[in-house]
Amino acid sequence: MFESIKELLKYHDLLYMLTLRDLRVRYKQAAMGFLWAIFMPIIAVCAGILIKKAMAVVAQQPIDTKGILSISVKVLPWTFFVSSIRFAVQSLVGNGTLVTKIYFPRAVLPLSSTLACLFDLAVAGCVLTVLLVIFNVGVSIYLLWLPLLILFLFSFTFGLGLLLSAANLFFRDVKYVVEIILMFGIFFTPVFYDASSFGQWKFIMLLNPIGSILEGIDDIIVNHLAPEPIWLGYAFVSSMVMLLFGLYIFYKNESAFAENI
Amino acid sequence: MNVIEFNSVYKKFKKGEKFNSIRDSLPNFFRKTIVKNELDEREFWAVKNVNFDIKKGDVVGIMGPNGAGKSTILKLLSRIIVPTKGSMTINGRLSALIEVTAGFHPELTGRENVYLNGTILGMRRKEIDEKFDEIVEFSGVSEFIDTPVKRYSSGMYSRLGFSVAAHMDPEILLVDEVLAVGDMAFQAKCAQKMRELLSSGSTIVLVSHQLDMIQSLCKRAVLLNHGEVQKDGPVGEVIPHYQNIVNQQNEEEMRRKINLSENRVKVDTAGLIDIHKVIISDGQKNIKNDFSTEDSIVVEFQYETKKHLEQPIIIFNITRADGVLCCSSRSDKAGLKINTLNGVGNLRIHLGQIFLAPGIYLIKISIWDKEMIHPYIERSKEIIRIQTNESITQSPGVFMPKITWEIK
Repeated sequence: MFESIKELLKYHDLLYMLTLRDLRVRYKQAAMGFLWAIFMPIIAVCAGILIKKAMAVVAQQPIDTKGILSISVKVLPWTFFVSSIRFAVQSLVGNGTLVTKIYFPRAVLPLSSTLACLFDLAVAGCVLTVLLVIFNVGVSIYLLWLPLLILFLFSFTFGLGLLLSAANLFFRDVKYVVEIILMFGIFFTPVFYDASSFGQWKFIMLLNPIGSILEGIDDIIVNHLAPEPIWLGYAFVSSMVMLLFGLYIFYKNESAFAENI
Repeated sequence: MNVIEFNSVYKKFKKGEKFNSIRDSLPNFFRKTIVKNELDEREFWAVKNVNFDIKKGDVVGIMGPNGAGKSTILKLLSRIIVPTKGSMTINGRLSALIEVTAGFHPELTGRENVYLNGTILGMRRKEIDEKFDEIVEFSGVSEFIDTPVKRYSSGMYSRLGFSVAAHMDPEILLVDEVLAVGDMAFQAKCAQKMRELLSSGSTIVLVSHQLDMIQSLCKRAVLLNHGEVQKDGPVGEVIPHYQNIVNQQNEEEMRRKINLSENRVKVDTAGLIDIHKVIISDGQKNIKNDFSTEDSIVVEFQYETKKHLEQPIIIFNITRADGVLCCSSRSDKAGLKINTLNGVGNLRIHLGQIFLAPGIYLIKISIWDKEMIHPYIERSKEIIRIQTNESITQSPGVFMPKITWEIK
């Protein structure tokens, strides 16, 4: 596996070109151009506000801006996760002609599609930053945790993407199952609500690795708090385990890809 | 130094579309897979116990009939698939002139695709920067380099793909039959490029059906059949073997066709005349089907008529396996005047030494009325096989007469 990762790094030019390809293809002949990168988050935030409003009405409380900002902050990493997984699942099968015809480390394909989504996240992140400045959220020292949390998110997503792309190559049902899970996943993840609203059952929401990462990001940006050490540790361990497991499964099956696609 | 080594390489493939049951395949996905040496009923060996070494600077042709395992060898060499058993080593940067446009994305421009395809084939971006102008110049699409390739004609598409692949300067080059891209001018450029590669001392593995190409480029050839190496040696020795395999297949094919047509219901029911048996011999009472090039051939057949046939015309044809009519003779033109054909009789056709080139030939005899409008009977069942001594390499052409050269 170590050898394979070294080879993957040797192909960094290919990785760069494939990421560029994914981005170019996505924005070519599209009138909205880069607006697409923030379109899905905007819609998701709107949905979140609607739900928040409904909950506020039920609880007979006024809707708070802080809650809306939390939703906006958490929606971006969530959409990154969803679109990365969606593209990664298809990355091997969708590039079937390459997989069956030309040799290169196959992990480049799910990695480049995840990187392309990371680029989208960065574009949307810039827009969000402007928004946060307008709403005068302010900064704190805890923002330094952000790169680490993004790294956890990326590792987890990439690891899962590796696993699912390989699984989808052998069993095409994976694509459909993933699609359904992603569609309803937002209800099982603290995106539109806070994990703390579950009171003592909060830990169940945080056992979802994405949930603990999202809550951490929310804490450091909106609440100006340090992430909870236990859940930070949990996010670290779960993302590393997922990455290693994904790499292991991917490289174990890599040699059989071309003839089973 | 050996740049390519195959040590008893085996590769197993599955037939049909049936999947393994999820009970078998799911654990395989997570656990270490155990390779079985025996075959399942749905499996077959695409490549069996293949051994060969290729030294640095060798130009080797790999040939074989369809289904011999050539593509599998190419895929193994380019590391797309791995052997089921056995080991192979490759030392050096390898590139393949196979599927040169596989990496193209239709939405991207020519320029973007040159970079994309180049990196997919294993080039560095810096390398492409340096060679970019050369690549575009070679492909001849410089005018449209900033147009999405989906707007390209198929010729431009493959030319650009070939140009990228051709500028890789690899140490080992795999060539499939892709050299037939573009017009005459482009083909000439490709041939030039191939010659450059040849003289630059890179190792080349060529897979082709075109014998003249293998003959002119390679010194050594490997003949595959049914997944096994059947012959490995100088081109001149291997090609006759290949020819024999092809001839055998042609013969089987022809016999199958003859059997099929026999089973079909005959429309011609007049049955005024029958051809009972056709005897092919060398004129010295040796009845046989295998001849060598310089043998004399005599064809004799027995007929039986039910009615008087007035001035029939008999036509005798020899057709090569690929359908080329090699020679034809008409009884009336050849000086045989038949007034009436009646009862049982024999007819003999002396072909003499006709020097047919080695191959499989079909003999066709037909009997027509005097106006040549209506055939009484047509018979094409007999096959003759012409073989040659192994030392003589195949020459193109239908006939192989004894030609002597002399300088005066």
